[in-house]
Amino acid sequence: MVQDIPDRLPPVTQVGIIGWVRKNLLYPWYNAVLTVVSCWAIWAAVAPFWEWAVTNATITLDPVVAKEHSGAAWGFIRDMWPVFMTGVYPADERWRPLIALCIVVILVSLSLVSSFRRTRWIRVLWFVSPIVVFALVHGGGITGLPTVGTHYWGGLMLTIMLSIVAMLAAFPLSVLLALGRTSDMPIAKPFCVAYIELIRGVPLITILFMASVVLPLFLPSGMELDKVLRAVVGITMFFSAYLAENIRGGLQGIGKGQYEAADALGMGYWKKTIVVILPQALRIVIPPMVNNFIGILKDTSLVGIVGLVDLLQIAFATTSNPKWFGRLEEAYVFIAFWYWILCFALSSYSQYLERKMPSASK
Amino acid sequence: MSERLAPQEKVPFWRSPQGRAWTFQLCMVGAFLWLAVSVYRNTLVNLKTRGISSGFGFLGNEAGFRIGEVTGIPLPQGGLLWFLVSLVAGLCVSQLISKQLKRKSDRPMNSKWLSVCLLLSIGLPMLTLYIFRDSVEIAHYTESSSYLMALLTGLGNTLKVTVIGCVASTVLGLLIALGRLSPNWLLSNICRWYVELNRNLPVLLQLFFWYFIVLQQLPNVRQSFDLGGWLILNKRGLYLPSLVPQQGAWIFCASIVIALAAIWVMKRRARRVMDETGVPSKIFLPAISILIGLPALAWLAGGQPFSLDFPVLKGFNFKGGTGLTPEFTALVVGLTVYVSAFNAEIIRSGIEAVSKGQREAARALAMSERQVMRIVILPQAMRVIVPPMTSEYLAIAKNSSLAVAIGYPEFVSIGGTILNQSGQAVEIVGIWMGVYLCISLLISFGMNIYNSKVALVER
Repeated sequence: MVQDIPDRLPPVTQVGIIGWVRKNLLYPWYNAVLTVVSCWAIWAAVAPFWEWAVTNATITLDPVVAKEHSGAAWGFIRDMWPVFMTGVYPADERWRPLIALCIVVILVSLSLVSSFRRTRWIRVLWFVSPIVVFALVHGGGITGLPTVGTHYWGGLMLTIMLSIVAMLAAFPLSVLLALGRTSDMPIAKPFCVAYIELIRGVPLITILFMASVVLPLFLPSGMELDKVLRAVVGITMFFSAYLAENIRGGLQGIGKGQYEAADALGMGYWKKTIVVILPQALRIVIPPMVNNFIGILKDTSLVGIVGLVDLLQIAFATTSNPKWFGRLEEAYVFIAFWYWILCFALSSYSQYLERKMPSASK
Repeated sequence: MSERLAPQEKVPFWRSPQGRAWTFQLCMVGAFLWLAVSVYRNTLVNLKTRGISSGFGFLGNEAGFRIGEVTGIPLPQGGLLWFLVSLVAGLCVSQLISKQLKRKSDRPMNSKWLSVCLLLSIGLPMLTLYIFRDSVEIAHYTESSSYLMALLTGLGNTLKVTVIGCVASTVLGLLIALGRLSPNWLLSNICRWYVELNRNLPVLLQLFFWYFIVLQQLPNVRQSFDLGGWLILNKRGLYLPSLVPQQGAWIFCASIVIALAAIWVMKRRARRVMDETGVPSKIFLPAISILIGLPALAWLAGGQPFSLDFPVLKGFNFKGGTGLTPEFTALVVGLTVYVSAFNAEIIRSGIEAVSKGQREAARALAMSERQVMRIVILPQAMRVIVPPMTSEYLAIAKNSSLAVAIGYPEFVSIGGTILNQSGQAVEIVGIWMGVYLCISLLISFGMNIYNSKVALVER
């Protein structure tokens, strides 16, 4: 005999907000303990910071008034904003980096529109833009603008320029290194392996020291390399090795059939590599390459040790100013904010690419 | 059929892949040689105009600068060689004996042969070490020491930071990873944001943060935080009482080593008996009694092994005891926190990479949660975890060089001082690279051995 049991709703403690709280925060008993401890940890970390950064903070531009408050003096950041952005770049010329930034932002936003992305002229614009940006920021020559030498460059501008230029320069080098390492040429292969392993085995700081102290000794006398250029050479050398390893991973992730098919079509080595292999290999390694770029962005902070004034070193430059003496906390929070936003955005982008990309099956 | 094929033409060498590859490589070698020669010539000319002599002779010169934190450098004398020889010989002979016995019968070694092996592999080296106990001289850097000594001191500091950083960041990373995997929503989110915060900030910024902001909040020397004389914390660092070895320290340490070795042997034996006969042997009580009894006996025989030296306020600073300088603390804490975020992600992804079915199957076999983790999940997760962890350990060794920015006297920062004093740029940079390369190779060599142990054995 069939007994008819009416449908019943699940117990109140299993569904809805109560169910979620019970399942994720309170059950079993040690979870409740963990929740309480976590709440205490959040409180202990956030409350003093909130008090310092918001409750007791001021945004006045007057350092004397700011001293009366126990919290942060955000007026310091307001006052020193252009210095944080461009370093000791001459105040009258600061519109030039600003326009350069606008050009890049416009280009990026144009590229985000998919109908523009496939057109040829946007590629031309991308190729031309580094030259325009450099001409704008450096000036001199045919531009008719007053020259601003690289020793005036600094701040966030220098950090971003260093990392982008280093990435652009490291890319072709690392493709060659990766191709050399995966080839079976008896001389070129050990050469590439030795270079990659040597560079990966030493810290960036020794390479930067090498670029800034030893490289001038290697050059013919009378030939002087610019300080910023030396740092770029060092960072490029360092990251090309890491980038090459990533690209090698992509080259090895391509099925053997692709190589064989290209050979069967009678393609030569360079045609095969450029038309068949690299487009597929580089697509796979875009996410790790973005992570590599994050690494460059973070590690450009080391150029301060060899005497450049990048975003991190601006903290010392601005806080030794008698007007805002010793406001290191504010400076660090501001700098950390910039680094964090840039790196987090990039890493989220790389994760998005990884999710969007079809899994690397052949 | 074969006549129909195209006649085998001799391919001219500039059209054959091999010919092209060789031409290209020869060009490369030529360019490299030309570069090397011109660099060499330029360097010689430049050094001459600057009045710097090349070569490593400067390493013997007197350094003359002060180093804030001096680690003792063990300088081996002649007797160390005998210790190594006896160690190798003892190990080889006992290995040979055990192999011979195993060939004769499959039974585990009886206690007579076991004690002979133990005596050979542990007792003999210990005896040599005791006879030549003055064979290792611990030298300390002073201002009149040579540049070489300064570099060695720096290297010692680098290794100290690296080892402590590796252990601490692994433990912290494991905790964070477990927190992220926890079903508790709040805890796993805290851990997630800990990781996101730390790995997206440059390590140098974090070092500056710990050194210039956190450690500057500590009290002055006069208002030190004092815990009954045992722990004193102020701006100049953290002071703890130090252990001063007395007469009996030697025997005491040796007895601990012997006890540990004995326990290891017992455990191996018990496991073999378990595998062969299925009878679990009781080793807990004997192990505990050896571990406590042997050192206690040594204590009774040799007197108190260590005495405590407490830090005392003298003049402007604390004297005596062991101290952690703020530079060291900032460096270790900063590196540990930075790398622990990466380690946590590696461990978490390793554990998540083990497929769900493994866990369920293990539970279906009625394993306890601890057994599931220890026998099923961790061995599989380790395969995924070990290779990327290796590069994180390498990163600690390399990032410890950032100490130059906060003034901790490690290898790069001492090298930098010497570079400024003597101007021997090429040699110093060469030494830096060589030493870091050796450290990196050593770490990856060790981790490769470990990796081959945990790697999948394919049959």
